[in-house]
Amino acid sequence: MAHGHHAAAAPAILNEVKPAVLPRATLVEHNRDFAWITEKICGIIEGKTPTWWWVCFILACFVASFTVAGITYLVATGVGVWGHANPVNWAWDIVNFVFWIGIGHAGTLISAILCLLRQKWRTSINRAAEAMTIFAVVCAAIFPVFHVGRVWYAWYLFPIPNSNWIWQNFRSPLEWDVFAVSTYGTVSVLFWYVGLIPDLAVLRDRFYAAGNKLRSFLYGLFAMGWRGSNRHWSNYEMAYLILAGISTPLVLSVHTIVSFDFAVSLLPGWHTTIFPPYFVAGAIFSGFGMVLTLMLPLRAIYKMEDLITQYHIDCMCKITLATGTIVGYAYGMEFFIAWYGANPYEGFAFINRAFGHYAWAYWWMIGCNVITPQFFWFKAVRNNTTLVWVLSIFVNVGMWFERFVIIVTSLARDFLPSSWGYYSPSIVEVFTFFGTFGVFSVLFLLFIRFLPIMPMAEIKAVTPQADVHHGHDERTGFGDPVIREKHD
Amino acid sequence: MAAQPYGLIATFETAADVYHAAEQVRDAGYKNWDVIAPCPIHGMDKAMGLKRSIVPRISLAGGITGFITGMTLIWYTNGFDYQLIVGGKPLFSPMFAFPVSYELTILFTAFATIIGMFVLNGLPMHYHPVLKYDKIGRGLDDRFFIVIESRDPRFNDANTKALLEKAGGKEITTLEA
Repeated sequence: MAHGHHAAAAPAILNEVKPAVLPRATLVEHNRDFAWITEKICGIIEGKTPTWWWVCFILACFVASFTVAGITYLVATGVGVWGHANPVNWAWDIVNFVFWIGIGHAGTLISAILCLLRQKWRTSINRAAEAMTIFAVVCAAIFPVFHVGRVWYAWYLFPIPNSNWIWQNFRSPLEWDVFAVSTYGTVSVLFWYVGLIPDLAVLRDRFYAAGNKLRSFLYGLFAMGWRGSNRHWSNYEMAYLILAGISTPLVLSVHTIVSFDFAVSLLPGWHTTIFPPYFVAGAIFSGFGMVLTLMLPLRAIYKMEDLITQYHIDCMCKITLATGTIVGYAYGMEFFIAWYGANPYEGFAFINRAFGHYAWAYWWMIGCNVITPQFFWFKAVRNNTTLVWVLSIFVNVGMWFERFVIIVTSLARDFLPSSWGYYSPSIVEVFTFFGTFGVFSVLFLLFIRFLPIMPMAEIKAVTPQADVHHGHDERTGFGDPVIREKHD
Repeated sequence: MAAQPYGLIATFETAADVYHAAEQVRDAGYKNWDVIAPCPIHGMDKAMGLKRSIVPRISLAGGITGFITGMTLIWYTNGFDYQLIVGGKPLFSPMFAFPVSYELTILFTAFATIIGMFVLNGLPMHYHPVLKYDKIGRGLDDRFFIVIESRDPRFNDANTKALLEKAGGKEITTLEA
């Protein structure tokens, strides 16, 4: 009886469920209207070329010339000008390839995975991040293409009928990688271009109104005659969603297949099943490092604080923290499995990484990748833009060292002590790698000068002005809290 | 008598205005009409009475083609035309053919999706009567328009104009063909 009394006093099932009203983060500060967004983003392209742009551009061209010099000397002489020698036949070239490809992954993550997860904050940063992806893939492609030695035979990578009547070996993960990277580059460009079409149409109309017929024609050519028709938006939105849907497995597969280059081999330190998820997490980690490195100065220069808000920076820092922690876990788990697996070669490979000839590189990697992201737990750190930027540089450095540690230490100490070696890069390799930062910067500077750095249509679509049900949404209970109060 | 005009265009200030106006045009039974907006408006397809886009079917066809292309390519090159024994592995197996076929599935899907979207939208179309309207630039900036074409069987200059006015449309203008 007492039990019944108790139940009557406090029923186990509530009559009504009242979900807490969660305030949504504001994506565009100061309640900016559509015209402000258009003016802000187009103004960057329409304004006079700033002096800092020319300074950066000339500097970037100078840095890029190092890659040109390095490659020219390589092609004229032969791959022997690199520091590669038995047993280390993969070194900086593959390190740099994996480094740049990994950087690209954040762009696709932002544009595809966050789109599927309805993370609306992605809209402010996805255009620049996708541009970063494409330019990073360009830089990455330089290395394997020139590593083949006689670069004029690089087309042998693709199954094109040739006079020798031979075909590629599709049992090799290297051939898988050819398809993974070329598909990744192509789909990234397509995805980026589809996103650009409505914005190019805006520029076409604005340059036409301003009387600049040439630029109006050029933007108009690529805008495909876009006119904002809702019948078009309907197909466009569907196509965009599908592209996001297929780019998600694509981005996960690309670094998985890159990791297969190592994991499918038999070398201790490479032959591990943890590689695919570990590489993907590392790629996203390094990519967000690079997104922060690029976006924070852009935000400051162009006074984009209303569009890239503190909330955006918080989100990016948190993803860096999450993926960096996964990477740290993977480092620990590699060691654990090397011990638990009781394979003496595997065990030696890992002890050697941490305490052998390349220990300096290993501890750089640990310092930058495991310790740096942990600062992002603190709000004070995330609010300090300068500090976030400095930490993002450490992430980039750390991820380069990760690839160096994986590739070089494993090769330098393989099965037979008689074949052990120590690898140091030659000046040609240093030039070629240093120059790729210039190549990347040249492309990125051209992008911010001539293309809208943020997707105007997508930003408009997430503002309250585009929400026709604003304040009338009775179904979810998750509407704008201010409006709901009025209703109540 | 001049050539028949393309149709009527009306301006709306906000997304909500054009959304409710679109519902009225839909309910009036018009078929050849359109909404011009600077960004996709959530729910507008329903307000216009549009069916779900058929782009996904084209994408699916592209994806299936890509997968079959990958498997066939690898079987033909490694298993049939140039049989080379490597590492004691079989000449063909869907296992090692999978990564490349997977990538080609995605590649072909992407091309099919984009080409399908362009074809369904009738793009590229660099000339269109709507683009001749001198205020259309704001349709990609911060204004919204409804265009009703004169080829619509229900189109009648006076009645259509009245409908657009009743729906809240401003600056109702005749578009030349």
